[in-house]
Amino acid sequence: MRKIFGLAALCLCLTGVDGALAASSKLRIITWADYVPPDLVADFKKETGIDVEVTLSNNEEMISKLRATGGAGYDLAQPSQDRIVSVQREFGVYKPIDYSKVKLGQFQPALLDVVKRNATLDGQVYALPYLWGTDGLVVNTRIAHVGDYLDLCRPELRGKTSMRLRRPLLMGFAFGMGKDPFALYGQPAAYQALMDEVGARLIACKPNVKFYYDNKDQLLNGFRSGEVAAAMMWDTGGWKLNRENPDIQYVVPRSGALGWIDTFALPARGRNDAAAYAWINFVMRPANAARVIRSVGSFSAAVGTGPFTDPKLKAQFAASFPDAALRAIHWYPAIPPGLEEMEGKVLDRVKAAN
Amino acid sequence: MAERATGRIGAGIGLALLLAPALLWITLLIVLPHVDLAILSFRERVGARQYAPSLAQYATFFREPLYWHVFLRTAVMSVLATALTLLVSFPIAWVIAKIARGRSGSFLFVACLVPFWVSETVRTLGWMILLRQSGVLPALLVRLGLTAAPPELLYHDATILLGLVYTSMLFMLIPLVSSLESLDDSLIEAAYDLGAGGGTILRTIVVPHAAPGITAGCIIVFMLTLGNYLTPTLLGGKNSQWFTEQIYTQFITRFNWEQGAAFGFLLLALSTALVILGLRATGQRFGEVMQRS
Repeated sequence: MRKIFGLAALCLCLTGVDGALAASSKLRIITWADYVPPDLVADFKKETGIDVEVTLSNNEEMISKLRATGGAGYDLAQPSQDRIVSVQREFGVYKPIDYSKVKLGQFQPALLDVVKRNATLDGQVYALPYLWGTDGLVVNTRIAHVGDYLDLCRPELRGKTSMRLRRPLLMGFAFGMGKDPFALYGQPAAYQALMDEVGARLIACKPNVKFYYDNKDQLLNGFRSGEVAAAMMWDTGGWKLNRENPDIQYVVPRSGALGWIDTFALPARGRNDAAAYAWINFVMRPANAARVIRSVGSFSAAVGTGPFTDPKLKAQFAASFPDAALRAIHWYPAIPPGLEEMEGKVLDRVKAAN
Repeated sequence: MAERATGRIGAGIGLALLLAPALLWITLLIVLPHVDLAILSFRERVGARQYAPSLAQYATFFREPLYWHVFLRTAVMSVLATALTLLVSFPIAWVIAKIARGRSGSFLFVACLVPFWVSETVRTLGWMILLRQSGVLPALLVRLGLTAAPPELLYHDATILLGLVYTSMLFMLIPLVSSLESLDDSLIEAAYDLGAGGGTILRTIVVPHAAPGITAGCIIVFMLTLGNYLTPTLLGGKNSQWFTEQIYTQFITRFNWEQGAAFGFLLLALSTALVILGLRATGQRFGEVMQRS
């Protein structure tokens, strides 16, 4: 018995030492589902000897976790580009990106510029683009005819639609009502009035909502079982459903899809910046970026992925986004402070309304 | 004399050492975080990274009808769920304690316990599979010809109540069974001999004897229900709002820790107030209830 204890203690000691040694070559990433494919992690380990530890999250949780620790616990985060400056100003959870350590040639210049413009605070840039995509409508064309956000409220779709009670829904409905919420970002009073109007419209639309979805699988299953006929949803989710059932299609709304860009950002108290930069340069290589695209289905900010990309996805993209639709995408500008509070109250009211 | 003193000191040290883990637990994991939250709840953001002491968070709660509506709704539904749990559990507890004694009694008890071997998430998802429109129960109703189209049984307030009662039944059963077991059968026999009916026996003998168990079960179930997050969120419909959900939203999606902390304290106040009220109404004392059950 004693021997076994001794052995166990020895094992514990060894793992302890092992853990201490490995800490210097470990990269802790907090990111979205499928953003860090396991096979790339294995290749990265082979090439650099660095272990990657992935924590799955979403924008709000990511920011809340970093806020709780003052930016510690992770070495790399992947928030959306519009959620960086306000968060940095408020909570100081990121550190600036040293562009000299990044192979900028691997990034598409246009996306790099958008992110630079939206993620600069006091002359320092806090983010690099990683993946982008759009929010629009997913429709089971056999049951429903939907061409714009407000069509979700048509009477024949009673109890057959789904939405996510977060800010993209407010933006989509605002554009659908012919307004431009982004233009009102600088005028709190006018923005509040617009949000109240959008909230009233969403409350009136509530009988049409089957459920407000909170995770991807809930919504996908809603479509698969036929319980949901139309939803406000992201593009690749729609294309994924389309491969399973050709009746289900991603529809770019007439008033324009909403474009998001998810980024690389360095948490303020990350311990392994070198590994983070190594990962960024590794994962943005064209061949690797193409593997990310296959894993997540969204589009990469990397250049030269064309030859590696799945032709089916390319075809789906081209079908959904003719040139005019691509130009009509509304890209999220950085959110000024205070707006999210207004939006939050409107969303609460929608949720609680009967 | 000196020896005795050292003995007493030794006993004191022993007691301190024995209590240390519990005290450390309470101070580090319960008292300190609550103090921190209390400080948070009494401040207000006045600018980027600037905060000033204020009562604004509590004022918001009372000014915004939405929040206290959700608050009251949560309270009423929790009381309802507790009452339902008691109604459902009492006959079961009676069967376990009085009718199916010995082997079959413990078998029934284990049968009630088995669902708790899987996590709450899995149990709740099980209900979703059973109740959703394309699920088992609606399909069965259509097959039996009771309805033409499969009805949506999920996403109603009644579904939330069902889930809550199901999750908390065990916590009502345990104190009930233990308090009913100690009831002497001869008392009931004597009552029958003296001509009392079933209702009178229940009212004058069984319930008064089981009162501490009933109260303890109700307190535990009520607190579990009020603080439940998972069941109302998963089973509740598009209109359902539970106060814990509101706290989560404030903390995580709105980054408004101050408001979330204030909501947390309001919920704590609510549960304390209702428990005290319940004890008063039934003429019981907290310490006694917890000791006897």
